[in-house]
Amino acid sequence: MKTKSLALLFILGLAILAGGLLLPQWMSYLFTIAMGKGLVVLGLVLLMRAGLVSFGQGLYYCVGAYVAGMLTQFAEVTDILLILLASISVSVVIAAIIGLLLCRYREIFFAMFSMAFSMILYGLLVRMQVLGSTDGFNVANPSLLGWAPGPEGASDLVLAVAVFLVVSLGILAWRYLNSLSGYAGEAVRENEIRLEYLGGSVFKVVYVKYIIAAALAAIGGTVTALVSGHVDPEMAYWTTSGEFVFIALMGGTAHVAAPIIAAVLFEALRTYAFAVAPYTWQMILGFALLAIILFMPSGLWSLVERFQNKKARKTT
Amino acid sequence: MSALLKTVNLERTFGAVTAATDINVELNSGEIVGVIGSNGAGKTTFINMVTGYIQPSGGDILVRGESIIGKSPREVSLAGVGRSFQVAQLFQELTVLDNMLIAFGFSVDRKLSFLNPLRSAEKIEKAQAVLREYEIEQYTDEVVSTLPQGVRKLLDIAMAMLSNPGLMLLDEPTSGVAIEDKFTLMDTVMAAVRKSDAATMFVEHDMEVVLRYADRVLAFYDGRVLADGPTQKVLSDPKVQELVVGHHLDLSDSAPATTKESGHA
Ligand SMILES: Nc1ncnc2c1ncn2[C@@H]1O[C@H](COP(=O)(O)OP(=O)(O)OP(=O)(O)O)[C@@H](O)[C@H]1O
Ligand SMILES: [Mg+2]
Repeated sequence: MKTKSLALLFILGLAILAGGLLLPQWMSYLFTIAMGKGLVVLGLVLLMRAGLVSFGQGLYYCVGAYVAGMLTQFAEVTDILLILLASISVSVVIAAIIGLLLCRYREIFFAMFSMAFSMILYGLLVRMQVLGSTDGFNVANPSLLGWAPGPEGASDLVLAVAVFLVVSLGILAWRYLNSLSGYAGEAVRENEIRLEYLGGSVFKVVYVKYIIAAALAAIGGTVTALVSGHVDPEMAYWTTSGEFVFIALMGGTAHVAAPIIAAVLFEALRTYAFAVAPYTWQMILGFALLAIILFMPSGLWSLVERFQNKKARKTT
Repeated sequence: MSALLKTVNLERTFGAVTAATDINVELNSGEIVGVIGSNGAGKTTFINMVTGYIQPSGGDILVRGESIIGKSPREVSLAGVGRSFQVAQLFQELTVLDNMLIAFGFSVDRKLSFLNPLRSAEKIEKAQAVLREYEIEQYTDEVVSTLPQGVRKLLDIAMAMLSNPGLMLLDEPTSGVAIEDKFTLMDTVMAAVRKSDAATMFVEHDMEVVLRYADRVLAFYDGRVLADGPTQKVLSDPKVQELVVGHHLDLSDSAPATTKESGHA
């Protein structure tokens, strides 16, 4: 099971990378955006498995994007590794502070407070003329270890890095979820009192998850900023966070691959819906979500589980 | 040597209700104490205070001479006080094995690992050994919420016992368990408790069970300790029989007396 899952993830990564490089520009662009969002949703899923739904992951998504934008535009740092390092550091520091407050709350309070913090950032960015206010600003092309591929190659570079990140962080997240501190999330969701009486710190378990989720969201934001070449405050707006929750519900929380696959499907669905119904595309998304919640309350991943169960029954 | 547990003028009120007052109890290693008292007498309140779940309104609680006032359940449990609950507190939607593995991780290994697999063969083997000891091994892969009360109670106790607490407080371990299974359950629990030399308190409404397992009895009435002493002595006390047991107990046989449950559903 373990090696199979890893192999699956690896093959998925290679397929996406190969596909992305061969596909027309607009499609590989969407793929990269989906990878970025998939990472944000992966973090969200870690929290959701502990019973906490954040409606504010846009905060870290936006932080990751703005760090990338500001470094390339104002500090002339274009190295993608340095940019990633910076956005992870900044998001972790912010999450470590906000988390001290937030991780004491549960349910609707956690959801609303997390949303409030993202809206604070939105409000700040809208007022900042130097950062382009509501329009945001452009992000320069990234480089890697001194190699600057130029405007054409830059998106391929970001795609390759995004796929690498998705695969490696997916594996780490998978191992994390199967370790004590990762799996303790289910314990928090099920019974906090019992966990405390076992000598476990519920706060610590949640706090760590919150910080990991923030870092993943920031990485996702950085990827998005670098591939789209633009950032704006909308990334911190609550609808962006809502979209992440949407994707998470769509994929389900049963496996680390679920949010990534869901993000790809979501981007495809959105593009398709927008093309066929430019004015009512949100409605199509709404119906899609409704259908999933009604028929697959555990998300699209339950299809995979159904398939696995069938296979298991056949072999026994 | 200070006592393992000592409460001094312990008191707790809930608004106008006095759930505990003037409670002075001392407990030492190896003692097995039955706690009796009718509904609302303050038994659970006492356990809740001693385990940090609620704070007393007055008085002090000393565990090995150190006050635990103001400490959280987590801190109290790390100080070596374990408990089980009147209604088993478990990770309902997880399997018995996963419950046990989490319990092992937090109360035995005590290292919040990030990448080491929780379900290693070695850890599973250890968890199963404990399940075997409590005779619930056949439920290893079952989801807790689907299990009968008795199994849940045993799992609850097994998880609490993992850290080898010096003091173990069992709140009605046999409630919700069929009469014919009560003794089997208590035999299993007591075997584990005796092995660890923990001081044990168990809340129990069934006097047969109290007679069989307790060396000492603590009788609560209306938030106070009505009597505290050797089992036979306390249970034959007319005041206890009138106010707590609710009827006359025949203690003359060596076999457990035939009693009804003390006015309790
Ligand atoms: N959280 C609470 N809020 C208000 N009153 C409470 C609370 N907990 C207990 N009480 C009251 O304190 C008194 C003692 O309750 P406690 O639960 O300790 O009784 P008990 O001896 O455990 O009874 P039982 O046999 O029913 O479990 C009761 O009058 C109860 O109503
Ligand atoms: Mg009680």
